Amino acid sequence: MANVISFLTRTRGIGKLHWTDWLTYGYLFLGVLLMFLPVIWLGLSSFKTEAELERFPPRIIPMQQETIIVEGYDEPLPLYEIVSGEFEGETLAQIRRVGLVAQMIRPDNPDERLKVDINDRQAIEKFALATENYSELFDRFNFFKFFWNSVFITSVATMIMLTVNSMAAFALSKYQFTGRMVVLGLVIGTLMIPQTVVLVPLFLITKELNMADSLWGVIIPGAATPTGVFLLRQYMLTIPDEILDAARMDKASEWKIFWRIIVPLSAPAIAVLAILAIMWRWNDFLWPLIVLSSNDNFTLQLALNSFQGEMNTQWSNLLAMTMLVLLPIACVFVFLQKYIATGIASTGGK
Amino acid sequence: MLAILTPLMRVIEIPMTFLEKRLGMKNPAWLFLLPNLLLFGIFALLPVALNLAYAVTGSDAILLADRPYVGGDNFSALLQCDSYLDPNSCKDDLFWRAVHNTLLFVVLQVGLMVTFSLCTALILNRDIRARGFFRAVFFFPVLLSPVVVALIWKWILQREGILNAWIDGMGWQTFNWLLDRNWAFGWSVFLSIWAHMGFYTLILLAGLQAIPRDVYEAAKMDRATPWRAFRRITLPLLMPTMLVVLVLATIKGVQTFEEVYAFTGGGPGTATTMIIQYIYETGFAGAPRLFGPASAASLLLAAVLVVLTVVQLWLNRNNVDG
Amino acid sequence: MSQLVLRDVRKSYGDLDVIKGVDLDIAKGDFCVFVGPSGCGKSTLLRMISGLEKITSGTISIEGRVVNDLPAADRGLAMVFQSYALYPHMSVRQNLSFGLENMRLPKAEIDAKIDQVAKMLQIEQLLDRKPKALSGGQRQRVAIGRAVVREPTVFLFDEPLSNLDAELRVDMRGEIASLHRRLGNTMIYVTHDQVEAMTMADKIAVLRLGEVEQFGAPLEIYNNPCNIFVAGFIGSPRMNFVEGRVDSIADGTLTVLTTTDERITMAADRFDTNVGEGVTVGIRPNHMSVTDLATADFKVNVRDTEQLGGESFVYGKTGQGAAITVHLSGQTRFEPGSEIGAKLDSEHIHLFATGTGLSLRKGAV
Ligand SMILES: Nc1ncnc2c1ncn2[C@@H]1O[C@H](COP(=O)(O)OP(=O)(O)O)[C@@H](O)[C@H]1O
Ligand SMILES: [Mg+2]
Repeated sequence: MANVISFLTRTRGIGKLHWTDWLTYGYLFLGVLLMFLPVIWLGLSSFKTEAELERFPPRIIPMQQETIIVEGYDEPLPLYEIVSGEFEGETLAQIRRVGLVAQMIRPDNPDERLKVDINDRQAIEKFALATENYSELFDRFNFFKFFWNSVFITSVATMIMLTVNSMAAFALSKYQFTGRMVVLGLVIGTLMIPQTVVLVPLFLITKELNMADSLWGVIIPGAATPTGVFLLRQYMLTIPDEILDAARMDKASEWKIFWRIIVPLSAPAIAVLAILAIMWRWNDFLWPLIVLSSNDNFTLQLALNSFQGEMNTQWSNLLAMTMLVLLPIACVFVFLQKYIATGIASTGGK
Repeated sequence: MLAILTPLMRVIEIPMTFLEKRLGMKNPAWLFLLPNLLLFGIFALLPVALNLAYAVTGSDAILLADRPYVGGDNFSALLQCDSYLDPNSCKDDLFWRAVHNTLLFVVLQVGLMVTFSLCTALILNRDIRARGFFRAVFFFPVLLSPVVVALIWKWILQREGILNAWIDGMGWQTFNWLLDRNWAFGWSVFLSIWAHMGFYTLILLAGLQAIPRDVYEAAKMDRATPWRAFRRITLPLLMPTMLVVLVLATIKGVQTFEEVYAFTGGGPGTATTMIIQYIYETGFAGAPRLFGPASAASLLLAAVLVVLTVVQLWLNRNNVDG
Repeated sequence: MSQLVLRDVRKSYGDLDVIKGVDLDIAKGDFCVFVGPSGCGKSTLLRMISGLEKITSGTISIEGRVVNDLPAADRGLAMVFQSYALYPHMSVRQNLSFGLENMRLPKAEIDAKIDQVAKMLQIEQLLDRKPKALSGGQRQRVAIGRAVVREPTVFLFDEPLSNLDAELRVDMRGEIASLHRRLGNTMIYVTHDQVEAMTMADKIAVLRLGEVEQFGAPLEIYNNPCNIFVAGFIGSPRMNFVEGRVDSIADGTLTVLTTTDERITMAADRFDTNVGEGVTVGIRPNHMSVTDLATADFKVNVRDTEQLGGESFVYGKTGQGAAITVHLSGQTRFEPGSEIGAKLDSEHIHLFATGTGLSLRKGAV
């Protein structure tokens, strides 16, 4: 943050920028707008009431009309300021609107009904966040269940993937054995066949293993990715063999060498892989879409997608839910941006 | 984290050490490989074999035993076409529509995305302030899930969205973007670029930063203009990275599905239906599940991907030692 | 009785024979140094003894027991590695205790041993540091400590000093030697540096291309090298060599005619050779002196003189083009390009057969 501020303040004072510098910063400024504004707009919108969302043209800041509770009326009444006509300057509450005329009362004198031309009144509005958009997700939409499904799948799949991949990477980086090249070739082979092209048989196998429409059906087949093996192996190759020999002389079993020496020493690579795995699983869409069919098993992504298709879903809830799905990743991003960037650069993608 | 796992590791150690001793020191390697190989075997290799089997059998039964052998029928049905340029003349017009869409999508998306990524990387590689911040800005959308990306832009582009509000404010005619075939396709390309270009920018930036500074200094001593330095030094030295990026982007591009599906659902009509969506809808979403054509289409796609991946690995050969 | 016995030990990687039949008997308590040029198989041999490397054929026995198939951990040896191979993520204390924990010793005993070793090696104040926070010399001590704490029957060292700077190396050399005196264990020490070998060893095994060229006490090897390779490898500066042919053996005098027609004479009874045999005359730089050209054994064309104050080294070439070093005490100087006469101390002349390179000294094997 300090970077950003010093950057902004320092450039302003400098008058001697070359025209290419202007171009550069112009481009970057546009980039910031294009990349961030949509997300910010989504965030702002998610705090607007349904009425405010339907407003065209939309306003930037979430606003709500002020209301007042008046004796004798169950609902809070919206407040208006009267800008012209008979009651000019007064603040009135509206009971109902009939055509071009509004029936209004003075809040301190609820019995006397006043008739006001609707053009004479102006809504009194204040900045207010429609947090009910969010709370309703928990009350009405079973959000917590989806959230739990996503968390469960993400964490278990990541654990399995890390364990299995680091074991394989250890074998492939630190042992010479016949068949090593074959296995390595096999790993490369699986790199060529992404899940997307074996959907049909993969689904059959998952079904035969009784994992269709279960969270495990998302977790287990997803763990068979070669990227992690590659990433970790590359890192483990840099651990000197002499350390392993030293451990062998120290009477450590091979398993102990693995988890007391190799795993701690590969921690940076494992951390990178963990972040990537969490991201992949959290954002996963196609495979869960195929495996999971009952609503109770939906992940956040699936729920979000099916919500937007449903007729009775309101944008207000949909936007709030989008924000909640986005939020964990955004937090991860803020804190671990550097690791993610280097991790992604070093794997060259999934 | 290690602390949590310690008891578990202790427990695993008992059978592992036992097996190690029994099998001799010779190959504990296989013990470590076993779980991974099992997963690969069941969920990566077996499916490939089964895919072949599904592609040459018919009916909507899911069990292989119940499916009659039909030879190349699935393929010939897919490939039967009067003119490949006109999907309507094909037996399976949806498939060819998807192929056309995907091809056009890949050409536009990859071309534009790599261009923008290169521009961005070049700019980020300049001597600018707050480079880390700007890099992060461009990278941020990469982390978003496809559904979230789709919803963000849907919200902006909807009939009463902020884009139309702005257009209205300028006094122009508002437009229902996602109901128009061409605009829906165009925005799909845009959204896909928006979501992924940060990733390729990052790779290209790494490539640029790997070019040693003193090469440029030498060029400066040789009185090369910046433009010449770019043409004669940057571009040739960046070429290997560019190729990797192109191939990677193409591999991802032909598999495009998630964000576009969540964005337009493949519509309007079939305007944005991609190959993966065809496979998904034919094999899983339709009323009779037609596994045969879906598998056949998968195999055709797989063939393309294998070729692309071989190219990619070949380009990357220096990074993957034996 | 020998503690460690190697019989026809061989190692090949595929077609490549790295160790070509090594026989060695190492007595209990000996400090034995394997010395040889880089790549000659010293490390491989050591690792085979340790059990980290399988042997292709032959037998290795420790205290009368064949250990060919015993894994490294069960041989009762400890090793100090060239790169130290400390566990980077563990503190010094954990580095020392790891092996003991694996042997399932009780905690109290482990602590006692660590404290004792730490005191002995003066690393007590380092126990809670990570290896990264140690200097080269300190790491070296910890690596040695890790070996010592396990109380092995035999210590193995693989070029343990090669990552240290010159001064520290001399210090550590002394420390390892004194450690050996104190513990009295058998130690096998690998190095490519013959100075280390000469200064530390009870016994030296000179290796070349996977074979033991000579095995014996340092001075025995220095004084009676069994072949031209050992003669050239042991001793610094290197032994000088002059090519020639046995010209005559008469009146107890053997005369060698060099290829540049100079005559070198020596006592005939020291050597087993015949007139006409091609020989290489070997003479150490300190067994030479400078005389006038008339009485010289051969001429040396001076390239350079190095004066160290108390002693001087003259570097030059013979007429054959072979490099010659002469070690003189005191301060002497010769003009570069000038010719001087070299006189050999005939008692210390070595003769080697041309071709085989074997020593022609009487009684040499
Ligand atoms: N794993 C291996 N595979 C093939 N050749 C090897 C292997 N390890 C060592 N060598 C070869 O064996 C020879 C001896 O190596 P080494 O024992 O390390 O020599 P040094 O005497 O320098 O310690 C070298 O030529 C080396 O190239
Ligand atoms: Mg070595």
